[in-house]
Amino acid sequence: MLRFILRRLLQMVGVVIVLSMLVFLWLRSLPGGTVSAMLGERATPARRAALEKALGLDQPIYVQYWEFVKRALQGKFGASTGVQAGTDAFDIFMQRFPATIELALFSIVLAIIVGIPLGYLAARRRASWFDNLSVVGSLIGVAVPVFFLAFLLKYFFAIQLHWLPVSGRQDSGIDATRVTGFFVLDGVLTREWDSAWDAIKHLILPGLALATIPFAVIFRITRAAVLDVMDEDYVRTAESKGLTRRVIRGRHVLRNALLPVVTTIGLQTGGLLVGAVLTERVFSWGGLGEATALSFERRDYAVLQVLLLMFAITFVVINLLVDIAYAVIDPRIRTR
Amino acid sequence: MKLTRKATPVVLATTLALTLAACAQSNRDSGSGSSGSGSNNKDTITFGAAGAPELFDPFYATDGETFRVTRQMMEGLVGIKPGTADIEPELATKWEASSDGKEWTFTLREGVKFWDGEPFNAAAVCYNFERMFDQNEVAAGGPAGYWADVMGSFKSDAKNALYQGCTAKDDMTAVIKISRPTSKFPTALSLDSFSMQSPKALKAGDANNVTKQGEGFGYPAYSKNPVGTGPYKLEKFDEANKTVTLVANDSYWGEKPKTKKIVFKIIPDESTRRQELEAGSIDGYDLPNPADWKGLKDSGNQLLIRPAFNILYVGLNPAKNPKLKDLKVRQALYYAMNRDQLVKTQLPEGAMVATQFMPETVAGYNKSLQAYPYDPEKAKSLLKEAGAEGMTLNFAYPSDVSRPYMPNPQKIYEALRGDLEKVGIKVNVSTKPWNGGYLDTVDNGGYDAWLLGWTGDYNSADNFIGTFFSNLKANDFHTSATSYGAQLTKDLEAADSIVDEGQRSAAYEKINQQIQEDYLPGLAISHSPPALVVSDKVKGLVPSPLTAETFSTVTVSK
Amino acid sequence: MPNPLNPKTRKQRIDDLAASTAGKGPAGGGVAVAERSVADAGHVEESAGVSLIASAWRRLRGNPVFLLGATISALFVLLAIFSPLLAPHDPTARLLIDQVRPQSNPIPGSQPGYPLGADSVGRDILSRLIVGSRQTLIVGVLATLFGFAGGLTLGTLSGAFGGWVDSLVMRLVDVMLSIPSLLLAVSIAALASKPSQWTVIIAIAVVQVPIFARLLRGSLLAQRSSDHVLAARALGVKRSAIVFRHMLPNALGPVIVQATLVLAGAIIDAAALSFLGVGNPDDRQPEWGQMLGAAQEYIYDHPALAVWPALCIIIVALGFTLMGESLREALDPKSRR
Repeated sequence: MLRFILRRLLQMVGVVIVLSMLVFLWLRSLPGGTVSAMLGERATPARRAALEKALGLDQPIYVQYWEFVKRALQGKFGASTGVQAGTDAFDIFMQRFPATIELALFSIVLAIIVGIPLGYLAARRRASWFDNLSVVGSLIGVAVPVFFLAFLLKYFFAIQLHWLPVSGRQDSGIDATRVTGFFVLDGVLTREWDSAWDAIKHLILPGLALATIPFAVIFRITRAAVLDVMDEDYVRTAESKGLTRRVIRGRHVLRNALLPVVTTIGLQTGGLLVGAVLTERVFSWGGLGEATALSFERRDYAVLQVLLLMFAITFVVINLLVDIAYAVIDPRIRTR
Repeated sequence: MKLTRKATPVVLATTLALTLAACAQSNRDSGSGSSGSGSNNKDTITFGAAGAPELFDPFYATDGETFRVTRQMMEGLVGIKPGTADIEPELATKWEASSDGKEWTFTLREGVKFWDGEPFNAAAVCYNFERMFDQNEVAAGGPAGYWADVMGSFKSDAKNALYQGCTAKDDMTAVIKISRPTSKFPTALSLDSFSMQSPKALKAGDANNVTKQGEGFGYPAYSKNPVGTGPYKLEKFDEANKTVTLVANDSYWGEKPKTKKIVFKIIPDESTRRQELEAGSIDGYDLPNPADWKGLKDSGNQLLIRPAFNILYVGLNPAKNPKLKDLKVRQALYYAMNRDQLVKTQLPEGAMVATQFMPETVAGYNKSLQAYPYDPEKAKSLLKEAGAEGMTLNFAYPSDVSRPYMPNPQKIYEALRGDLEKVGIKVNVSTKPWNGGYLDTVDNGGYDAWLLGWTGDYNSADNFIGTFFSNLKANDFHTSATSYGAQLTKDLEAADSIVDEGQRSAAYEKINQQIQEDYLPGLAISHSPPALVVSDKVKGLVPSPLTAETFSTVTVSK
Repeated sequence: MPNPLNPKTRKQRIDDLAASTAGKGPAGGGVAVAERSVADAGHVEESAGVSLIASAWRRLRGNPVFLLGATISALFVLLAIFSPLLAPHDPTARLLIDQVRPQSNPIPGSQPGYPLGADSVGRDILSRLIVGSRQTLIVGVLATLFGFAGGLTLGTLSGAFGGWVDSLVMRLVDVMLSIPSLLLAVSIAALASKPSQWTVIIAIAVVQVPIFARLLRGSLLAQRSSDHVLAARALGVKRSAIVFRHMLPNALGPVIVQATLVLAGAIIDAAALSFLGVGNPDDRQPEWGQMLGAAQEYIYDHPALAVWPALCIIIVALGFTLMGESLREALDPKSRR
């Protein structure tokens, strides 16, 4: 097991090194760049040259990359130029990561709360109207472009009904104390209940928009897994033994069906951590997705580089965790 | 089979969520957080901003989002008269130039103090100017851009700088020497970048210590903790919640701010700003999309239209397309464009056809110039005379940007392109994202013709036509490839150095006439007024052509 | 799910091939024995194999979810094919431009002859929606095909050869997968010197490559040690022939399912790219995603402009997704009982 983890971690280092080179080259091969973004209309050939010199962009690319690696090894990834000028890119990542985790957890919890029971019920009544409708229903959310869904949610729940806020993480009128960067948790820790409640209200709409895809996936996997397990011999044995339905369902069907579901939840959470670019953008959610969109729009390469590398690491780590969880849960895999 | 462990994470997550929900339920509904002190007005203005301020030391800033914030906190020697582009006394009560225009004497306002209690006096003024002048290599290359624009160079290259030193003649009189007379003085001192900041705080915060951090700039501690003289002070910048809070400066020398707090809420998405306003969670935002103007007014908001202080032009590059070297061809393009229709159908209310490269409020604007009329027949015959019938024009627009002078580049482009095609010009459509190669290609001379524009920084002809054409060696219009380029540059420099305002204006008027009639380096298209939008509860906000609105006179009723 | 398709269904092919190569093979005698046994195995399983497809089809036929998805998809394809005949107006003509006043009436409303009104330059929305189905289909299909082709190349290299080729390709795939797909698509679209419909197609296709590659590799790996491949190898069949004639066809089932889902995703992604401003800037040929992206500017005051293309996208994407999901379920051997 330990060797397996070590090997995977080594592979991760390899992936990150290769990715850092690719990303570095790739960003610099994009047309335009930081200098244009910073100067705008004031860009003249002379100002361009001065700024490129000041930023070291006039150096050959391998020199730039080497500089980048040297800095990165000291934990310094360079100052942002567009997302939050002057702040180190890694600090921006650390500062925004809690926002993304908060939103991802909220969405995944929503998806679980609805997806698992619905998937279970659909499987129990396979091929019924209930089953068919919930299959179609779960997939509607996948088919709606998320920015359009976001508009609908905001329009009805925030603008028309005034139930929920339009965007952001917390009302600007609330003077909240920041401890961890997780606004809900901060509110609870500091017993500022109003700020915690306000943060939850801000989570609902983006959480819903973001939950559509994990919900559909969790629903589908739960349904399939329950269908699978219901046909297994031990369930039939249990039935033939005359165990009550409740015991069969609770102890045998649901629990065994959860293995693929847990895996799926892990992978989906990983996906949410790196993939909420559009949702965060349209809800002005100050997380990594928004930072990704902004750093791209404003050609803030320092931030974009860090984000991409951290996304890759997150991705690999989540995969690793899922595999480990698998091995822990299912001893058969360990022995292989 | 051990089954218990599998469900644990799910149970944990669910429990956590339920616990949190339960905690929250035991609470009151979230309040607006603003319980006023008995008056009918709210104690907070909440304004939607498109981006975070880069930093809070305006000297190193170059973008409007930063200046909107620092303008509430900082003041310069010279201010801007609300609602106009004209200057008025601010921290200096009056100023006077020597007869050769090289020595400016500023009489300072009495009784002004920085927030940290430091007195504002001539020593402080000179400290500020010396501080701005003395920039390290890194700052000089980028962040100190406005100084580089106005003053030419820094202390390391002192002899080429416009700024030649500051002396405190007495406690309340500061004298600034410049190397040559220029139209930039004293108007350029109204730029936010040249605001006066507390010498003590500047020193303590190591304000000049700009460093290169990777491919960006690192700023010193001072930039997060500025000290000025203005009506508002920085309370906090909550980066996690993306809000900047300013609080009234109770010891402000002038009229006390009417509202206690300003919150700038950063909402990068344009349509989300609109939604926030309609939902009532912000009181206003800047630069609403002209497509939204009507809807905003219909839903009861106030649209504050600023006088246009910008210019949209079609740049032409004779070095890239030699046909453009012929004045007749350039005139033909101008005659071919139905700009009246463009302004009516594609530009926001209040937009005007341009007759020259500057708006009419600028001294030096030539009132006698007439717009080139829409005359496709004349265009065709001019093209024929020049032997350029059916010429191909590689004409570009930026695909993903909205600027105050061109709210929707693509639509403006399509209209102009249609006009050009009608007179037989083959238009080769080019487009790139603004930051993604468009500006680069324009600067590298990669297009024959392109859409671009300019919003004035301060009220001077030099800030418009000087910016465009005076650098002979490297300007986008490639005037160096023309017969008139050198002359134009010389005339512009000469006009800039005329001390007498009347004579100077006359000189600029003449240059404007020559540009339009004899040179035509590019085609000035239009001026579009940018707008601000605020809810019907907001009073006292005066739109400024320089986008230099101050919020200290603003109230928001409950 | 490794090895979702029963490999035995295609064993007949190996038999044919084995028979044709047997005589030429140096070890003719030994092969004959092997041939015998493989042929037997194939023969025995034949009925089971046929019944997989047959039973899948039987179940699909009676599955309302599949029928709904298939009907929507079929109607959409028909619409795309016949759209020029169905559209009441020329979708590119600025018919109602005279009514457009940016300051008072930016979007001409519904009126006789123009049931859905016109867009901001006076073009009939209904006609644009109808004609737009074709471009939408083209974007979806081509993006899927290109993505598949890329995935096929990588996945085949990886799954067929294993070893260091596999490691290398899979690390590349990992890298691609770890970049947020939308960001990857946006930056590929931004690389283009002249943005067009093709940049959109390629940008979306590239994002699909790693997904297809993983899928194919998984299937191929599962088969590498399966009986029919071992048999073919034992028979001295060339490596490329094994890969292309035995392994790939068997791996296609899940890939087809994935392709259906990707097609739906591509249509949605095209809208997202337009929304982010890196779509096709030339809007003379309408495409739904582009229409939806362009409608964002007016969405608050004229939501209909966005709602129509959005509805079209949602319905079509839902149709393909439903079809894909029910195919997936039907082809899953586990659900066969």
